[in-house]
Amino acid sequence: MADNTINTKQDEIIEKFSMLDGDMEMMIGYLMELGEKLPEMPESLKNEDNIVKGCQSKVWLTADENDGKLHFQADSNTAITKGLVSLLVSILNKGRIEDILNADLYFVHKIGMNRFIGTQRSNGFLAMIKQIKMYALAYKTKLENEA
Amino acid sequence: MSTAVAPKLDIQKIRQDFPILEQKVNGKPLIYFDNAATTQKPKQVIDAISEYYAGYNANIHRGLHSLAEKATTAFEESRTVFQKFINAAEVEEVIFTKGTTDGINLISNAYGRKFLQKGDEILITAMEHHSNIVPWQMIAEEKGAILKVVPVNAKGEISLNDVNRLITHKTKIVSVVYASNSLGTVNPVKEIARLAHAKNAVMVVDGAQASSHCKVDVQDLDCDFYATSGHKMYGPTGCGILYGKRAILEEMTPYQGGGEMINNVSFEKTTYNDIPYKFEAGTPNIADVVALKYAAEYIDSIGKDNIMVHEQALTQHAHKRLSEVPGINFYGTAEDKVSVVSFTIDNVHPYDAGMMLDAKGIAVRTGHHCTQPLMDHFGIEGTIRASFSVYNTIEEIDFFADSLKDIVAKFS
Ligand SMILES: Cc1ncc(COP(=O)(O)O)c(C=O)c1O
Repeated sequence: MADNTINTKQDEIIEKFSMLDGDMEMMIGYLMELGEKLPEMPESLKNEDNIVKGCQSKVWLTADENDGKLHFQADSNTAITKGLVSLLVSILNKGRIEDILNADLYFVHKIGMNRFIGTQRSNGFLAMIKQIKMYALAYKTKLENEA
Repeated sequence: MSTAVAPKLDIQKIRQDFPILEQKVNGKPLIYFDNAATTQKPKQVIDAISEYYAGYNANIHRGLHSLAEKATTAFEESRTVFQKFINAAEVEEVIFTKGTTDGINLISNAYGRKFLQKGDEILITAMEHHSNIVPWQMIAEEKGAILKVVPVNAKGEISLNDVNRLITHKTKIVSVVYASNSLGTVNPVKEIARLAHAKNAVMVVDGAQASSHCKVDVQDLDCDFYATSGHKMYGPTGCGILYGKRAILEEMTPYQGGGEMINNVSFEKTTYNDIPYKFEAGTPNIADVVALKYAAEYIDSIGKDNIMVHEQALTQHAHKRLSEVPGINFYGTAEDKVSVVSFTIDNVHPYDAGMMLDAKGIAVRTGHHCTQPLMDHFGIEGTIRASFSVYNTIEEIDFFADSLKDIVAKFS
């Protein structure tokens, strides 16, 4: 059965952004708030291996599997980027591996992420998405091999 | 620093020459403080480009028809204007390039490759832009030469004693930035040239920042080379000049071959054109070089001295107002500095500050400013840099300082 939580969460974010009405300062404020909500990541996880390649800022991202669902931990050395990764985590955290793999993250396009954060940061954002999908794929393969 | 009194410059009138400044960014009036990266262009320069293309676009030097004649005259007029602008002894000593980077690469390839020997030394400083580091590393590696570096102190200054100590009989090239893009420091290039010449080394000046902010007289500085970029002095991107002393330029072998730079070509032997043409292979960036003249004339029409006084007043005001920002640390507090203010703020990442300032319509630069070794020296990843030009105002700086205070408050 299709799990629509990912899309529900995306729709909430699209709604939220439409209320910000293109105001950059408010958008940044919102992202910073989101960043603060992110549970603290243990320092020991903030190592070279967990760095997302392709981001200008430092972004650390890990995934653990439990019962076929992924749990993410993340942090960044810049507040706005931390907000961006928090945005992704809020949508995908505790999602089923299959759903994460198949997720069509249409909110990126809908909220006009490019326009908001510029091309360089957008590329970084896409790198985070790619990293999340890679984790999902890796766990899928692992579970299939174990089965 | 003396307390500068703003001269009788009508800044509001000057601003009207810069169409780009009228716009809003993120719904806020644009405050452009990224002038060390590139300055905005007055309409005199912008118009010159379209007038060239609309009125007399033609390839230069070879044509006999009227348009070619007109284009050639305009192009060569630009050279004459630049000869005066930097006070070169002869017009042939002015070579058109793509910019400072291109100029320094020309020196390293056309001078360095010919004259450097294994074990020779090239001396630069710790505050150089990557474009005054990497070309020297490349040629040093090729020739087995050694790159040496003059250290900077906590204020971001070098000492002439260190320079003197580091120039040895093996030093062949000394290359120093006149005004640092990340700290603002103005280096004593005239004195350094004297020390270099005492040991028979050639003196290269990176004048990328200096041309719009400092007095430039290449004969007085007695430098052998001076490289600069048009786009940092109100001119177009993609064009600049390299000054070289005639005797040295004549000894050098061109490193780019092609049209324009030859005297006679046969499959057996090609002879090169005279200076400056032997270094200007291929069709140059005619439109922008033509327009560059208007940038130099624009500066002269306001007066370099007046611009300097205004920029000093802005810089002092910025230091004073920004000192009120909690947790601010300045990088580059040299006695003699141009209008660059570089800083970090405790617990605020430069990227965050840069983006939050952008949301308020303020354009600054954040990061290492192409001076990574300098950032390493200070033990930081980068800074926030505000750099001012003639069209900036005290009011803009006040808004900037107040905005930074707001931003810092969000992080506490
Ligand atoms: C001090 C300095 N040197 C060299 C350069 C390189 O100039 P360009 O990129 O115009 O070649 C710059 C430009 O940022 C500079 O600030």
